[in-house]
Amino acid sequence: MLEFLAPLDRKLLRDLWAIKGQALAIAVVIGCGVGMYLMSKGMLASLADTRAAYYERYRFADIWAPVKRAPDALLEQITELPGVRRAETRIRAGVILDVEGAAAPITGEIQSLPAIRGPHINDFVLRQGRYPDPLREDEVLALEAFAEAHQLEPGNHLYAILNGTKKKLTITGLVLSPEYVYAISPGEIVPDKKRFGVLWMNLDALANAFDLDGAFNEAVLLASPGENTDALLEQLDLLLKRYGATSAYGRDQQISDQFLTNEIQQLETMGRLLPPIFLLVAAFLLNVVIGRLVDTEREQIGLLKAFGYSNGAVAQHYLKMIGVITLLGVVIGIVLGLWLGHGLARMYMDYFKFPFLLFRAPPEVYLVGIGFSLVVAAVGTFGAVLRVLRLDPAVAMVPPPPPDYSRSARWLERMTRLIDQPSRMILRHLYRWPRRAAMTTIGIAMSMGLLIGSSFSLDAMMYMVDVSFNVIDRQDVTVNFVEPRNVRAIQDVLHAPGAMHAEPFRAIPVVLRNGTNSRREAIIGLQPNAELSRVVDTELRPVPLPGYGIVLSDKLAELLDIREGELLRLEVRTGRRPELDVEVSGIVKTYMGTAAYMDLEVMNRMLKDDIAISGTYLLVDPDRTDEFYQALKNTPVVAGVSLQEQAQDAFYDTLQESLGTFVFFNTLFAGLIALGVVYNSARISLSERGRELASLRVLGLTRGEVSYILLGELALLTLLALPLGALLGYLLAWTLVQSFNTELFRIPLIISPSTYGYAALVVLLSAAASGLLVHRRIQQLDLIAVLKTRE
Amino acid sequence: MNNENQPTTSQAAIRAEGLTKTYGSGESTVYALRGVDLAVPHGEMVVLLGPSGSGKSTLLNILGGLDSPTEGRVFFDKDELTAFDDRHLTQFRREYVGFVFQFYNLIPSLTARENVALVTEIAHNPMTPEHALELVGLGKRMDHFPAQLSGGEQQRVAIARAIAKQPRVLLCDEPTGALDSKTGIVVLEAIARVNRELGTTTMVITHNAAIANMADRILSMADGQIQNIEQNAHPCAPAELTW
Ligand SMILES: Nc1ncnc2c1ncn2[C@@H]1O[C@H](COP(=O)(O)OP(=O)(O)OP(=O)(O)O)[C@@H](O)[C@H]1O
Ligand SMILES: [Mg+2]
Repeated sequence: MLEFLAPLDRKLLRDLWAIKGQALAIAVVIGCGVGMYLMSKGMLASLADTRAAYYERYRFADIWAPVKRAPDALLEQITELPGVRRAETRIRAGVILDVEGAAAPITGEIQSLPAIRGPHINDFVLRQGRYPDPLREDEVLALEAFAEAHQLEPGNHLYAILNGTKKKLTITGLVLSPEYVYAISPGEIVPDKKRFGVLWMNLDALANAFDLDGAFNEAVLLASPGENTDALLEQLDLLLKRYGATSAYGRDQQISDQFLTNEIQQLETMGRLLPPIFLLVAAFLLNVVIGRLVDTEREQIGLLKAFGYSNGAVAQHYLKMIGVITLLGVVIGIVLGLWLGHGLARMYMDYFKFPFLLFRAPPEVYLVGIGFSLVVAAVGTFGAVLRVLRLDPAVAMVPPPPPDYSRSARWLERMTRLIDQPSRMILRHLYRWPRRAAMTTIGIAMSMGLLIGSSFSLDAMMYMVDVSFNVIDRQDVTVNFVEPRNVRAIQDVLHAPGAMHAEPFRAIPVVLRNGTNSRREAIIGLQPNAELSRVVDTELRPVPLPGYGIVLSDKLAELLDIREGELLRLEVRTGRRPELDVEVSGIVKTYMGTAAYMDLEVMNRMLKDDIAISGTYLLVDPDRTDEFYQALKNTPVVAGVSLQEQAQDAFYDTLQESLGTFVFFNTLFAGLIALGVVYNSARISLSERGRELASLRVLGLTRGEVSYILLGELALLTLLALPLGALLGYLLAWTLVQSFNTELFRIPLIISPSTYGYAALVVLLSAAASGLLVHRRIQQLDLIAVLKTRE
Repeated sequence: MNNENQPTTSQAAIRAEGLTKTYGSGESTVYALRGVDLAVPHGEMVVLLGPSGSGKSTLLNILGGLDSPTEGRVFFDKDELTAFDDRHLTQFRREYVGFVFQFYNLIPSLTARENVALVTEIAHNPMTPEHALELVGLGKRMDHFPAQLSGGEQQRVAIARAIAKQPRVLLCDEPTGALDSKTGIVVLEAIARVNRELGTTTMVITHNAAIANMADRILSMADGQIQNIEQNAHPCAPAELTW
């Protein structure tokens, strides 16, 4: 079969076959790197492209400008503002939904639907059913994911509390909307299809329900291409000030888009950080394996050159071998990347509601992936190929003298005096080849680091959730009122069955300014010694709100570039809309969002209001939650509820699903790296020292004793790699924490001991597995064949 | 010679019956040994001669428990080697056999003394590594690594390593193959001394007919069979050999 090949190529194939296990191990590591890169970059491109196309086709707004109530006629003035391509007005409000079979009330939004077809801006995809009859007041469109989660189909009914009146509605169609790609109720961080619903209702009907005839409460705009939206936002705020504007905002503060951007950012980080680790390890493996091959084939290389093969021809022979391994790695990588990519796309479709999401990596991603692999192969094998080129045939033909161990360090000698010969062999060997030992250790440590770096995120998220739900927000339920109400409203809520304890809060829309930095935020007013929703410091101790000033979350302070004790400009966007300077009286630690807190009394004094509250935090008797929910569903003053337990469950589910998958694959990949490194090191040692080991067997050492010399060394290196791996893991986690630091959430650098243990276990198991593979080889060592030849 | 009690076949240290060794099967079967019968008496020095490929190494390896025959039986004193499993064979080599090969096969990461200690540590009744090295005339080079020794010195370390456990048999496959004649004689002297002073049954393979003069018995092999057995009534000392 090989007859038609040149002799050198036949040698190539036989050599490759002889090191097939090692070659495959290297190819797999390259494959993991390329696959990871292809997946993350491809997914990144797919998400970005899909988002762009979806936004473009359905005209996702550039700007949202919520107001309290503004006359329809204002649209003309809005449209005439410089930089506006097109504007539309609508009604959008929070509602409480009630679906048959759902015990707890559901928070949702309702939007107005223009009389003819859908809106122009923020249009949606009608997936099933039909548009509501313009003359019917009870027909609505529903967000597809929500409807499906409750098994609602066109023709089914649900209830909504619209501005205090409970109404029975009929669903006529299911839609997807670019505004709800990531459908999440405000203030939460993972989507829960069941607990957040969006409806679209005929404009007239909705205007009736909310007393907004001839008026709107939100304008949405498309900006002219290339327009500086900052100026436009200012103009809008100025124009809409009189109508109770809370401040216009762009896509960067649109919650669904914010989460999408966040995800894209994470993919980017992953694609930047993880593939290089794999490729680095691959370079190291190639370096070791090809370097070793060249060294053992010294005499053959000399012979070929002596026979008249040119330097180039001989070097080419080895380059071909490297090329074949690299190419195999690239092929594995592409297959793996496509497979992972398609899987990820399917997973994303569950969170991100796009009408379509195809995993398609652009050609340059493939090219860069292949290019990187080639560069890595070149770097890894440069030294070895150079040695081939430089080898002088005359020198090469003289067999090398036995490796010289006489320069062993004195301390080592003193140490080895106490141990047996095999252990002495191990230590001298390590000392004689320190670079190789170091590389093996680093390779193993990298796999452990990768494991820790990817698994820690589960620890960190769990911690974050625990802190958020059990330390900071300890209430069972948060109730938002339709309008701010007198503090006496708490008593009404407490009358509900099961309600045990209530604490008020007030949230006011503001714009915070410090120099050129400004942020649109809601300040939460709390009782200074609140027990339920609390403010805590970095050590998680509750911080009583000082009786003055404003307390900022660390992230918000960072965004505003402000420190404790400095003055912050506060523009209130509700009520009398006061504008004043307040002192930053504290900065606290938060993991989610960018909160700002004030003492409720201080806030109300500042607003010159009676004691008014926006809602309450509640503790509910766990045995009476159903009764409590039932009462809540029929309470007209409630505009929204959020249920801690269900939010927490949703979070855990999401974590398990998405991060769990991520951790699974990384465990697999890291295991492969460890396996590749240990197996390759062991195989190389075996082929280098096969003769030595066979001699020992001849002398009467048992297989176990001989294995010990080889595997003992690897065990020692693996053990040395563990602390180094822990350190690398910590560094990787630290880097990830830095790059996952966003407005939406920050991951704390928490690595649980069990994660270290788990990573160490995976590394040890992989090492043991490759040890076993090599041990089997030692068993089959051909004593006679080894003794017959010189080297 | 100190063969006062000239042994009979039944008292042989090593006995082989109908040894056959084949490689491959069918058309391409190679016969390395074709029915070898042999008895080596205790304490004798035996030299194996024969052309390349005649099966010398194969025979020696089988007698030393490194390899097993396709057919036939091997006895070591009263034990049947051919009935041993791998673990027992290892144990056998560990206790009773010393090997010396053409390519010394020293462990480069161990000094001369440590190379010998490697064996004495696991043997039952060893001499000290120092004594073994004295026996081969290397008392002064004990702490040198193989890389610091000449070929002949390395080979003598290999002999010291082979005899330090006080083996019952010493098997040498072309021990002087890689050495010049002067060095070769020094090595042979070490082997002869061990045979003489410790009474170790010794088999030496060589291509050099001159070396046969130091043997008690000379086996000539050809084509996988023993062609001729010659008794040498007057073995000479290695120093008297010339080639
Ligand atoms: N592994 C093997 N596979 C096939 N044939 C083998 C193998 N080992 C040895 N042989 C054959 O067995 C025969 C005897 O080999 P052996 O090594 O015993 O010869 P030898 O007498 O020691 O030769 P030399 O003096 O060259 O060392 C030879 O023909 C050889 O080709
Ligand atoms: Mg031979």
